[in-house]
Amino acid sequence: MSERILMCGNEALAEAAIVAGCDAYFGYPITPQNEITAYMSERMPQEGRVFVQSESELAAINMVFGAAATGKRAMTSSSSPGISLMQEGISYLAGAELPAVVVNVMRGGPGLGNIAPSQGDYFQATRGGGHGDYCTIVLGPASVQELADCMPLAFDLADQYRMTVMVLADGILGQMMEPVTLDPKPRRELPPKPWALTGMKDRKQNIVRSLYLADGALEELNNRFMAKYRQIQDNEVLCEQYRIEDAEIIIVAYGIVARIARAAVDQAREEGIRAGMIRPITLWPFPSEQIGSAADTFRMFLAVEMSCGQMVEDVRLAVAGKCPVLLHGRPGGGVPTAEEVLEKIRQLTIPAGAA
Amino acid sequence: MASTNGLYEEIVIAGFGGQGIILAGKLLAQAAMKAGLEVTYMPSYGAEVRGGTANCMVILSNRPIACPIVSAPTALVICNKASLSKFAPRLRPGGQLIFNSSLIEEVHSVPDGVQVIGVPAEEIAIQAGSPKSTNMVMLGAYLGVRGPLTAQQAAAALADVLAERHHKTIPANSEALRRGAEFAASHV
Repeated sequence: MSERILMCGNEALAEAAIVAGCDAYFGYPITPQNEITAYMSERMPQEGRVFVQSESELAAINMVFGAAATGKRAMTSSSSPGISLMQEGISYLAGAELPAVVVNVMRGGPGLGNIAPSQGDYFQATRGGGHGDYCTIVLGPASVQELADCMPLAFDLADQYRMTVMVLADGILGQMMEPVTLDPKPRRELPPKPWALTGMKDRKQNIVRSLYLADGALEELNNRFMAKYRQIQDNEVLCEQYRIEDAEIIIVAYGIVARIARAAVDQAREEGIRAGMIRPITLWPFPSEQIGSAADTFRMFLAVEMSCGQMVEDVRLAVAGKCPVLLHGRPGGGVPTAEEVLEKIRQLTIPAGAA
Repeated sequence: MASTNGLYEEIVIAGFGGQGIILAGKLLAQAAMKAGLEVTYMPSYGAEVRGGTANCMVILSNRPIACPIVSAPTALVICNKASLSKFAPRLRPGGQLIFNSSLIEEVHSVPDGVQVIGVPAEEIAIQAGSPKSTNMVMLGAYLGVRGPLTAQQAAAALADVLAERHHKTIPANSEALRRGAEFAASHV
């Protein structure tokens, strides 16, 4: 094992992207993710790679489009309001089938909101975000280590499926420091990029575009995308199941909230309450099958998230009416405490021996 | 050194911007990591300015840490008045308050069952060789009364958290850590 270093999430993910072979970073400052841009401005030139502080988020995402079109590994990062500005570009990336990695270190919204941690962009991230029929793969890490670990995965998934992978973190994960190790990970076996714009020389001209005006062409493209998305749903779901076998209540939580929920689950178990947790690591594709099977036994589901209730809708879809699904949501920068989640668990269950 | 069995220490270090609050927190976290503990460090972030409020939260444990946000600290290191009223009421019973008596004459808002110790951090820092190292005196004081680590362990991590151009301050900072710990240990 290599050395443990103390790093904040923003810097750890930036270094992990460099280790994963990120060729170009484009970004525009916004709190709480400024450390990513600052770190990249120093490290990318050291590695002989591309760093541009763009004039806006729109410019950054379109620079990602350009770099990705040449077959290079490109990424950008921002926080909620900046990610909204990038949605047009993300939709175009989807239409042009270009691989890209976008990091969203979420803050409170809507509008400029505040700079406190939030999970209020779940809908935007998991439903494509921009216009048109498309999805992005969304990863929801729960620690600085996992944030670093999901960067090579993000680049690999982007290259394998030729689509945008969004890493969905929040202000806590970006700012907090934790020990982390940054070992290089073996890459997946990835397809070549014969579509890339590399200078045509002797080969046929490549065209990268998202405009398909010919009769039926776009419908065919959309159908091909949907087939690809189904393949991803079948093969790429990641989730953690924690003490759920005999659980009478299952918490569903992702990201930083899952850590808080885990502490609540452990405390509940000590009190004799059979609590467990399912933690989606991929938010799209969502672990619907895992949650659906858990709902084959009758029990309570409690979604805990830093929003007014967004992921809870995916939990309800997965549970499909088989069990009750409740929500404990804290929006606008509120962070649930373990005690608060434990109290909710107590209210919803009958302690052992009391029945 | 205190036993680290069942350790779950939630520390808030608070003061005003420019006092070295963030550095003190990073140093504590770095030293704890080197000692093999689980650790999280969470700064207040955003529009930080000299003279504004600054705080950071450090959790030290020998088991995985749930959330880096501290709502009820077990130990408080308070470097200015404004932070006292903000954080003192949140201290857990049995917790420890360490305050900078160079800037705070009187403590208030302290819950029952909390141990309190005032540290003349500026005077000690000047004696140690640098008036700027009040943050190290305060961190040293914390380690002296409460620490799952020693002031020496913290001093040994200074080189990791200070930019190289500041490495010349390591002797003064180490001395400030040592004197802070010594003062606190003899005033418990």
